[in-house]
Amino acid sequence: MTLYVFYFLSFLAVLSALMVVFSRNPIYSVLYLVITFFCVGGHYLILSAEFLFAVHIIVYAGAIMVLFLYVIMLLNLNQATEPLKTHFYRFSALISAGLLMLVIVAALRGAESAEIVFGASAEIGLVKNLGKMLFNEFLLPFEIVSILLLAAMVGAVMLGKTHMKNSSVTSEKTNGLSADPAAMNIKNAKQFTNE
Amino acid sequence: MNDSASQAMHGVPLNYYIWLSSALFVIGVLGVLYRRNAIVIFMCIELMLNAVNLLLVAFSSFHNDGGGQVFVFLIMAVAAAEVAVGLAILIVIYHNTRSTDINVLNKLKW
Repeated sequence: MTLYVFYFLSFLAVLSALMVVFSRNPIYSVLYLVITFFCVGGHYLILSAEFLFAVHIIVYAGAIMVLFLYVIMLLNLNQATEPLKTHFYRFSALISAGLLMLVIVAALRGAESAEIVFGASAEIGLVKNLGKMLFNEFLLPFEIVSILLLAAMVGAVMLGKTHMKNSSVTSEKTNGLSADPAAMNIKNAKQFTNE
Repeated sequence: MNDSASQAMHGVPLNYYIWLSSALFVIGVLGVLYRRNAIVIFMCIELMLNAVNLLLVAFSSFHNDGGGQVFVFLIMAVAAAEVAVGLAILIVIYHNTRSTDINVLNKLKW
């Protein structure tokens, strides 16, 4: 039974991953990527990692994909106007990816033929045991991750702020009195924050 | 372990997870090489991270050791930080060059 679920989830995951690469519209790529993430989450459930399933759905399908969709909508990229690479580059990309797959398959063929026994490892995926492990053995990486997230947040805010400063300066130079309302808003916000 | 009853109860050989993860990883590499839109390239990097996560969870469940799942948790945090900073950089690039085409950004290419 679990084998059929595995086949179904794997087929769906690989198919939608291919559609991420080959669909022209970035919005469709994001939606197919959400399907892939849900399939990977289903694999986590099969492997009895329930905590990771919840975190995966919340972080990937909830936060990261919404961020991608938001950026695509913000940059107005929701039409398939992206020019493709030349035939030579696309063909060589396919060839080199196929060669990489061949190398991985040849290296890992017959490496581990044992079966995963379900039920024997059902306890390690629970929140209680993972939490104990996270706060005993892996306490230092956990704290370093918090510093990393803080640094990423500060970095993202700083990048956004410099961009706002530059665009308001250029719109002042180019537009002069007839500035568009968005630039006026940015300018007002800048004056507001400066005061 | 070889008869069909235990097969139906227990299930999936570890090999299958290795094949699935390598297939997802190679699709991610293909996307990075194939596309020109920087946002889609970011998505393919996420796909590669997910393939590695899936293999880590499979081996963690196989060896009955929770360390792999803690690693996956930390990798998810790193991926979230990477996406936040990367998309901020992409927005700045878009406002400077008015496109997310990676062929525009060839100043560092020799």
